[in-house]
Amino acid sequence: MNARIVHIASNTFREAVRDRVLYNLIAFAVLISAAAIFIGQISIEIERLVVINLGLTAVSLFGVVIAIFVGIGLVSKEIEKRTLYTVLSRPVRRWEFIVGKFFGLAGTLVVNTFFMALGVFGALLYVAHRFSGADSSIFIALYFIILQFLIICALALLFSSFSSPLLSAVFAFSLFIIGSFADDLRGFATLAHGLTRWVATGTAYLVPNFSALNVISAVAHQQPISWQLVLQNTLYTLFYTAMALSGAVLIFDRRDLK
Amino acid sequence: MAAIEILGLEKTYMVGFWRKRPKRALQPLHLTVDDGEIFGFLGPNGAGKTTTLKMLMGLVFPTAGRARILGRDWTDPEVKAQIGFLPEQPYFYDYLTAHELLDYYGQLSGVPAKDRKNRVEEVLQRVGLTDIKGIQLRKFSKGMLQRAGIAQAILHSPKLVFLDEPMSGLDPLGRREVRDLILQLQQEGKTVFFSTHILSDAEALCDRVAIINQGELRGVGAVEELTKSVQGKVEVVWQGTQVPASMKALGGEFHVTGETVRTVISENQQDAAIDALRRERLRLISIVPVRTSLESYFVEKLQHSQTTAGTSA
Amino acid sequence: MSSRKRTTVVAGICLVVSLFASVILLQNIDRIRPHDIYDDALFISSPKMIQRASLGFNGLMACIYWTRTVQYFGHRHYNREHTYNELAPLLEITAALDPHLLPAYQFGASFLAPAPPNGAGQPERAVQLMRYGIEHNTGNWRLYYDLGFVYYTELHDFKKAGEVFDEGSKIPGAHPFMKILAANMAEHAQDFNTARLLWSAAYESSQESNIRQNAVEHLRSIQVDEDVTNLQNAVTRFVQANGRIPTSLWEVVNAEHWRGLPVDPDGSPYELSLDGQVLVANPDDFLFITKGMPEGYKRGAPRFHAKG
Repeated sequence: MNARIVHIASNTFREAVRDRVLYNLIAFAVLISAAAIFIGQISIEIERLVVINLGLTAVSLFGVVIAIFVGIGLVSKEIEKRTLYTVLSRPVRRWEFIVGKFFGLAGTLVVNTFFMALGVFGALLYVAHRFSGADSSIFIALYFIILQFLIICALALLFSSFSSPLLSAVFAFSLFIIGSFADDLRGFATLAHGLTRWVATGTAYLVPNFSALNVISAVAHQQPISWQLVLQNTLYTLFYTAMALSGAVLIFDRRDLK
Repeated sequence: MAAIEILGLEKTYMVGFWRKRPKRALQPLHLTVDDGEIFGFLGPNGAGKTTTLKMLMGLVFPTAGRARILGRDWTDPEVKAQIGFLPEQPYFYDYLTAHELLDYYGQLSGVPAKDRKNRVEEVLQRVGLTDIKGIQLRKFSKGMLQRAGIAQAILHSPKLVFLDEPMSGLDPLGRREVRDLILQLQQEGKTVFFSTHILSDAEALCDRVAIINQGELRGVGAVEELTKSVQGKVEVVWQGTQVPASMKALGGEFHVTGETVRTVISENQQDAAIDALRRERLRLISIVPVRTSLESYFVEKLQHSQTTAGTSA
Repeated sequence: MSSRKRTTVVAGICLVVSLFASVILLQNIDRIRPHDIYDDALFISSPKMIQRASLGFNGLMACIYWTRTVQYFGHRHYNREHTYNELAPLLEITAALDPHLLPAYQFGASFLAPAPPNGAGQPERAVQLMRYGIEHNTGNWRLYYDLGFVYYTELHDFKKAGEVFDEGSKIPGAHPFMKILAANMAEHAQDFNTARLLWSAAYESSQESNIRQNAVEHLRSIQVDEDVTNLQNAVTRFVQANGRIPTSLWEVVNAEHWRGLPVDPDGSPYELSLDGQVLVANPDDFLFITKGMPEGYKRGAPRFHAKG
């Protein structure tokens, strides 16, 4: 990777690290994992289930909020605040800026997930007293959650490359919701006819498929996750992210920074 | 060699909700800035100065035309390593300290790691930012931000520096320092292209200026050349209600207002006028050189453009 | 310009390639994902829990769940997987979120009660659902109709069905057929005409294509049952008169002085087995027939006919 991308990425990371809001969100996610312990105690016999379900859901949701919150600011805030002028007047290509921003945010999210996951594992250790072999599939769930974050973050960047921060946030969050119902959308498409079917099928394949990336429930029930799924989901995320980033580059490369 | 050659750059923005209505921000502009010059780009607010600079920086894409910077096509990314840019009212990543900001920009401009630390200290000294270690830019005043902006523009010792309104936000002392800095840059062999709407700055610094209004170039030339026509006059004011014959002999128009009389004569008649007033025992109130010649030229140009705009409309 | 052009070309190619790749991968992923996750995606089955989780957006959530219910049923039906384990909770959630969503009750009556493969085979839960609906929508005679329908078709409790139809018929604006149904339940519960009336009413009172199609299938089957019954009676008369089994149905037709050989709703003539049983030509085409099937007949995968 070229050096400028690395510099931009690390500066993006630094920006996120110095943002206090982020710590509050992480703290909140960890707090929910802790709260899961108490809820688990009320529902006898399923403590482990509650801790994993609630903990991982909190990690996922707060991560999404962080991804959108930080992601939308990446480009549009820089344009709005004019911080971009002094960057792009240097030997930095616009695509390098986009890609650097993406990696910076991705790094931030990985680190965040790490801390939030510590909370979940802590809570799990508290209720179960020790880890079992089956708990290792939690890592797969966390890995999928990170893959979700990468997609969200690329989408936030895409929207941020042509619209205001607020609108980007709305777009990204809507896509997160729609993407979480992607299976239903696909189901709907198979039942529909004519034009509706075409539109529904097209939309179903274009929106990110978050339902395939959500294995929290399966992990909580200790169902095995196939390596095929891990591989395919990884590739899917890779391509989907590349698609969103290419879109962002194409748009941003044509944009006048007024 | 010309440092900057602007070959018919023009910009039309599409405005309105559907972006259907064209709005000319800049008429085709032709301009050449020589190597080693301090070039002033003058015009009132909204004249198209910033648009021109942004096009040269690749921040805004021209509707037509092209430019060459330091002999290369202006979109060549390698050119960017040789130029520095201070945007208007600069704003930076406010979570960084000035040192971190400059270090980051040094990285992006390809300043070698081993030189970076020294270079950062050096430019901060140069723009007068001291005792700021560990302070985030969010705590900076407007003047300090302006200085930090200038620092980042000259950090990588560029051959060509673009400054958009470099004096704004500075106190009188700060302006003085920035003027000196610009002159130093010229002595180091760099070319400085700066935009301003403050004429005294341009008059004090520039080898040549261009005047732009309503997106159109109104005049280019050396400062003395542009202002020759109105040079060397003084305004004489004295107490009284009448004009003595010896004064009348000096020519010019006399304006009598209440207890004072005012006239404008050429500089070399100044002594004769003083003698005449002394002989008549009239009390001299003031003798002032007619102020800034560039300003009157400027005003004249703007008025001209407004009348032409008026007739064409 | 060349550097920018290069970026455009590279990014453009990257965009198209990734788009295709992600679609292909998505299809792969669908194939390898455990099937129940894809189909029975019902993580929370407590209606109350979902009501709370919907944060006050009950109406919207009800619509989403209703859509999911229809999809769930349609999807499984389409794929010929005739178990509908999640149908009851889905309908209950929908009804809990929005007790006034009437199509949900009708859907429940039509598909929750019937035994597999045509429904979930949970008539008691269907009755519960209807009772819940009646409680929350007083003054709606259709719900009484739906409830009576379940009693009649699935539970064969004609007394209860009659009571429910009677109750419903007293509601202002109730369709006249409610009174007739109530009256028929007492004496003519097993008559073909009663059944036909019931299913015609089901057809007419719904806009839901699944429900209408189901009613059409029932009406077709009732016709077959009635025809077979009449033909079988004629065969019995023939045997009594001639002391032998007729060699073909034509003999019966001539003996009865009918104008021609009766045909089933698809236009195929009925057939006669060697031991004198009247049979329908293609029993697979009539989903709900109780008569006219050869001995030991096992129903193949049922399928709906074209709409109409």
